[in-house]
Amino acid sequence: MLRNSIKLALTVLGRRKFFTFISLFGISLTLVVLMVATAILDNVFGARKPESKFDRVLTVDRLGLYGPEMNITGNPGYKFLDRYVRPISGAEATSIASNAEMLTMYHGDRKIETHLRRTDAAYWRIVDFDFLEGGPYTAEDDRNGSAVAVITEDMRTKLFDGKPALGKTFVADGLTFRVIGVVPSVSLLRTAAFSEIWAPMRTMRSSDYQKETTGAFTGLVLAKSRADFPRLKSDFKNRLSRYVFDDPMQYTKVVAGLDTRFESFARVALHVRGQNNEEARTGKLRLFLVLAALLFITLPTMNLISINLSRIMERASEIGVRKAFGASSRSLIGQFILENVVLTVIGGAIGFVLSILALQALTRMELLPFAIFDINLRIFGYCMLLAAVFGAISGAYPAWRMSRMHPVNALRGGAL
Amino acid sequence: MIRLNSVNKVYRTERVETLALENINLDVAPGEFVSIMGPSGCGKSTLLNLIGLLDAPSSGELALDGAEVGKWGDNKLAGFRNEKLGFVFQSFHLVPDLKVVDNVEIPLLYRKTNGTPRRQLAQAALDRVGLASRIHHFPTQLSGGQQQRVAIARAIVGKPRILLADEPTGNLDSAMGEEIMDILHDLNKKDGTTIVMVTHDDRFARRTDRIVRLFDGRQVA
Repeated sequence: MLRNSIKLALTVLGRRKFFTFISLFGISLTLVVLMVATAILDNVFGARKPESKFDRVLTVDRLGLYGPEMNITGNPGYKFLDRYVRPISGAEATSIASNAEMLTMYHGDRKIETHLRRTDAAYWRIVDFDFLEGGPYTAEDDRNGSAVAVITEDMRTKLFDGKPALGKTFVADGLTFRVIGVVPSVSLLRTAAFSEIWAPMRTMRSSDYQKETTGAFTGLVLAKSRADFPRLKSDFKNRLSRYVFDDPMQYTKVVAGLDTRFESFARVALHVRGQNNEEARTGKLRLFLVLAALLFITLPTMNLISINLSRIMERASEIGVRKAFGASSRSLIGQFILENVVLTVIGGAIGFVLSILALQALTRMELLPFAIFDINLRIFGYCMLLAAVFGAISGAYPAWRMSRMHPVNALRGGAL
Repeated sequence: MIRLNSVNKVYRTERVETLALENINLDVAPGEFVSIMGPSGCGKSTLLNLIGLLDAPSSGELALDGAEVGKWGDNKLAGFRNEKLGFVFQSFHLVPDLKVVDNVEIPLLYRKTNGTPRRQLAQAALDRVGLASRIHHFPTQLSGGQQQRVAIARAIVGKPRILLADEPTGNLDSAMGEEIMDILHDLNKKDGTTIVMVTHDDRFARRTDRIVRLFDGRQVA
């Protein structure tokens, strides 16, 4: 019966070419937009190189201090992270990294706009760059404040015309750095890994950063497994409950979270000014994304429903015949929904191919430098699921109307 | 085989009430070939639809093959139609998207008949109506007479005890009409299939065992 229904669905689609074309056009276009959006989201939130371990990474990148007179929210400072994140126990690695700061440097007669991030040595255990040359700096380099640097492939081109860079030097931020490693260029979307130059933390020109509670730093915690997340979060919360305020008269409450990337995004995106924002509102963000996607597919769904309703009228006689020969309402509903799911899954496959082309074009356009938008098996799975759900929704109502059609009316040409 | 007792059928809209059938009492014996005649709009097709369980009487009793069907739900009615009834329509009602053989298989799709036996039964039914060589054609590639023969094959493929034919010769010329009547007679005589046929044509009606005449929704003979 199932094979027969699929065969019938394909036959119907093959013989009603115009209807099939219109439907597939709408379905595939809708799915292209959804797939491209999903691919971008996956690019932002998914664990991909050089952040492929980030499904096990928690970060602290927001800090709120609240007092009777004033509140302050922003990135945490080194001192805060050093005291409350670095000592978290049971993690595979903990690290502190500065934000990638914009920097203007001069190399020969060229002015280069670039980004510099300072990190400790543990940072390189958390990100996983494939080094094209050399390797990362060590804890000893950091302790000694050695002026060594890892640069990207793109920086190598800008500084040394793409020639091997190991041992070569350049001047940035008032220091002469020696290149000890070259890594592939990284997208701005990889917020923890992104930079163009990396240097040891202690190459900072002043050690004042070590005394600051708020600043421009991120704490990174690599868990041994995701199962450790609750324990690590609770450890951080406990430490935070014993937080020592620099000036207890000024601030009385501290808020920070050891967050996954999605939680961190939710914390920033749904931040409410003047409120404590203690919890990352991931549920709300997820709901918002799902509602946005649903809202987006509502229009094409309505469109497909209306096409399907007119198609049912066209096939009224067939429905009458099937009812006369013993088809129950349930089997007719099943048949019609299956036909629609077959249609939308074909539309999904076309949309999938078009999405790959669209994402390749998006990557080539370099709207976000070094961002590679591609589709992996996970996205493919999501999209096929989306297509099937879309098919079931847009087929269900017309199928129900069809099943209610009176057989005598249906045989006469039908009125729903 | 078919028993209608004081059957009425009323169609109601918001403003108008139309009495389509009034106090119909009819008994059709097993193996009988009955034709229903009357002017257009007298209720012939309505009566056939009631017997075919495609519509329900407004009042009265209807029994088919010994079963009182008045209170049956959608699934039970669908099952009964599938097992016991076969339909032939004036305008054939073949599914244009399906090949001849797939059209004939339709009733068997709603039984638990597997692919190979289903195909064999459909081929046998087509053979019976002389269309074994046309199984892979689409309906639009056939003449009107051939299409009606496919429709008959579809009606008999499930070996129904009752065949209901609504003006089966209405869209055919007289020669093709005779062919169709020959097939129906053959089914009636050889298989003992009970047949109720609506027709306008006296010549074909006279070839049946009995003629029931309707006028303005009432049985007049």
